[in-house]
Amino acid sequence: MALSNTKTTAARRSYLEIRGLTKKFGDFVALRDISLDVFEGEFVCFLGPSGCGKTTLLRAIAGLDIQTAGTVAQAGRDISALPPSGRDFGIVFQSYALFPNLTVNKNVAYGLENRKTPKARVAARVNELLQLVGMPEQGDKYPAQLSGGQQQRVALARALATSPGLLLLDEPLSALDAKVRVRLRQEVRDLQHRLGVTTIMVTHDQEEALTMADRIVVMNQGVIEQIGTPEEIYRRPASPFVADFVGTMNFLPGTAAGHGRVRMGGVELTTANGVPAVSQGDVVTVCIRPEDVVTRNITAKTPNAIQAIVDELEFLGSFYRATLRPQGPDQTRFRADFSINLMRDLHIAEGGEVTVALPPEHLRIYKDTFITTGDVI
Amino acid sequence: MGNAALAAFIAAPVRAKVSRDDWVLRGVMVVVAALLAVSIVLPLYALLSKSFHDADGKFIGFANYQSYFSNPALFQSIENSVTVTVVATAITVVLVFLYAYGLTRTCMPMKSLFKGIALIPILMPSLLPAISLVYFFGNQGVIKGLLMGETIYGPIGIVMGEVFYVFPHVMTILLIAMSMSDARLYEAATALGASRTRTFFTVTLPGIRYGLVSAFFVAFTLVITDFGVPKVIGGQYNVLATDVYKQVVGRQDFEMGAVVSMVLLVPAVIAFFADRIVQRRQVAQLTSRAVPYVPKPARGRDLAFLIYCSVIGAMILAVLAMAAYASAVRLWPYNLTFSTYHYQFDLRDGGGWASYRNSIEMAAWTALIGTTIVFIGAYLVEKSRGFREGRAALQLLAMVPMAVPGLVLGLAYVFFFNNPNNPLGFLYHTMPILVICTVTHFYTVAHLSAVTALKQMDPEFESVSSSLKVPVYKTFWRVTVPVCVPAILDISMYLFVNAMTTVSAVVFLYSPDTALASIAVLNMDDAGEVASAAAMGMMIVFTSAAVRLVHMVLTRGIALKTQAWRKR
Repeated sequence: MALSNTKTTAARRSYLEIRGLTKKFGDFVALRDISLDVFEGEFVCFLGPSGCGKTTLLRAIAGLDIQTAGTVAQAGRDISALPPSGRDFGIVFQSYALFPNLTVNKNVAYGLENRKTPKARVAARVNELLQLVGMPEQGDKYPAQLSGGQQQRVALARALATSPGLLLLDEPLSALDAKVRVRLRQEVRDLQHRLGVTTIMVTHDQEEALTMADRIVVMNQGVIEQIGTPEEIYRRPASPFVADFVGTMNFLPGTAAGHGRVRMGGVELTTANGVPAVSQGDVVTVCIRPEDVVTRNITAKTPNAIQAIVDELEFLGSFYRATLRPQGPDQTRFRADFSINLMRDLHIAEGGEVTVALPPEHLRIYKDTFITTGDVI
Repeated sequence: MGNAALAAFIAAPVRAKVSRDDWVLRGVMVVVAALLAVSIVLPLYALLSKSFHDADGKFIGFANYQSYFSNPALFQSIENSVTVTVVATAITVVLVFLYAYGLTRTCMPMKSLFKGIALIPILMPSLLPAISLVYFFGNQGVIKGLLMGETIYGPIGIVMGEVFYVFPHVMTILLIAMSMSDARLYEAATALGASRTRTFFTVTLPGIRYGLVSAFFVAFTLVITDFGVPKVIGGQYNVLATDVYKQVVGRQDFEMGAVVSMVLLVPAVIAFFADRIVQRRQVAQLTSRAVPYVPKPARGRDLAFLIYCSVIGAMILAVLAMAAYASAVRLWPYNLTFSTYHYQFDLRDGGGWASYRNSIEMAAWTALIGTTIVFIGAYLVEKSRGFREGRAALQLLAMVPMAVPGLVLGLAYVFFFNNPNNPLGFLYHTMPILVICTVTHFYTVAHLSAVTALKQMDPEFESVSSSLKVPVYKTFWRVTVPVCVPAILDISMYLFVNAMTTVSAVVFLYSPDTALASIAVLNMDDAGEVASAAAMGMMIVFTSAAVRLVHMVLTRGIALKTQAWRKR
């Protein structure tokens, strides 16, 4: 598996090095030969569907479920076989795991009290941390008296109390209401920036990963599908799986036509991102995101222009998602997003005709056919 | 990296370093497992081995078993045992089913009162209802005529006594099963136009089938292994449990006692495994989205169940009241003036008041030591990491006592601890052996409730505290124990009350110095001092009731004190 080689990170020091990590549960291989570097101060998200191995990887890094084979090194120290108590990390779980019988203060102080720190110093540090997570003067409450979002902040404060070198977040926001979740996303991100603590977050929510992470590690069935910045993951998905999991994508059947061109139904399309090494006539999958389908300013010179009929229009608030059917014998339908004012300007309506173009620079071609796991049109 | 190098790299497995915490946990686990091994496995082995030896200690193979099965008198006991057990179990399950149905599925009034009444039998040794039945139906019984010439001393008496004795145990199971019902299924049935009868057979019964099966097995095991009821009221009708007692105490034939014990072990073990299989299936039945069923008033039905529960409740109270009354009058049925005469235990054989004090002491130790070991053991099974073999072994050991009848356990202790070669022999005939035996006897139920309480805690508490480098025992003490206090109180009360009422496990183990109240009931009844036996039985009831009351007050108090953080 290729390690990330983006320019922004290449110069930075690797803080966490994972090499050849494999985790088996009996015959089931949960993680297969994972190698990965996390750089100092970086915010990395493990993203993938449930069962992809992302939580298993996090638990291996924490030492909670030690890997079957492979090594983990943190700050140059081999921690592969160490129990959690021998490692340097703070962790926040989806359930928060706050001690219900202890007040917020005592929860946050839990890891500090054990270190023979003077009481006054502990109290000062607890105050500082509660201030940091935006919960001053709530220290005497019990977890059950707090909202989910507040409990999450306390859990965060407790994890950060001992100033760990690594912060692990296991789906920390998934138990929260949608609005609280969006607000906390930003807060957690800001906090991480301010403290500069290297952070790994596990999530199955692509939006969360895209908005929070410096880099995303997309995982599927125990292997890493792609590592990259949110922009890279979204714009240049390395595999149809990534393209499908992150954002919305049209997957259209086609055949390689040679010279960087592909044939899709009745039309031949020009591509700008290359066609994988296949022979002419081989089956490929043509991908384009609905928002990349162009409708304005199409002239005779515009490449990949297609006459299509609007089959369906789905209102999604700020825009419409249209299902288009190219004219002619070809029945491959695809989706395109039209803004409200575009709809107005071009008088687009169900059953009407529209000319669209699939810009070559936004087309991505993958080998073979791909069955999307999402909604099918 | 080349392919070969990569393969070698992957092949090298990681050997997880065991943390100090884990060493501590594993150490304690080995200790607890060793305690359980000594208190259950080794004695059972001693018992098994005894059944293959003759009185001189010579190995004789199956000879003891051969003589057992060729003795028609002894063999007859198997048939007798099975007959009364099946009849008593069937009657109990039907009676309790209707009773629990009234409590959970109707709008009849005074439900908690009826629930309380049905739990009364738990407070008494099984000898006491049998004694009470003698006063009702015995040769001088008040309503002897109802038997229409039949004698209470025999299968009729045994069945009646056993139904009373196992009633609360079956009720607890069925109440849980019946309160876990999904209202949506009933709504769907109504919406689809199903009749009441059809709804009952397609929704109600399937919903509680596992509970019913479980109730059946629990009742079956309790009845077939019970010793108190047939001892008092069995007359000439021999059952397995009384046979063990007779062989050992009456005929001093320990080898034959061991054989009968092994025979008694068979139905108990079968019922145990059948129940485990059924319980395992029950797990996924109720989803978290289920809506609890809330009964709607229906005048006729509610009244019918009120009458039914009143009748049953009155019968239970009558059994208790009769024992109390018989113990408090001078000479039944000739002199009915109230007197404390029968409570002057020191004037009678059977251990006197000392036996009552011994019982309190024994019950207190059992509650204290038992709760500590049970809770720590359950914690290790539930919360320690790695060392899967150790955890599985401990869990298995914790389940064994459930399948071992008290009499069998007690006799096994005799063989194990009375062996001159056993370095632990000094425990024989002492208070500690009674405590060990009683803790072991009731270990499984206590263990399971501790496990249930621990399962409700967030599994990541331990992960968080190890990430904060707080030693595991600190988190155990600061978080686990405080959160589990209600369960800990439940367990200690369960152990205390059972230690007060148990007869079967300790009947072979007491010495003149360590006679117990429940044993005194047995011995005084044997000696014809029936009223005094009833009086001592009532002392046990009063004590158990008082402990339950204290438990209730404590639980309430703690609930109030901790309501700030406990979500209830």
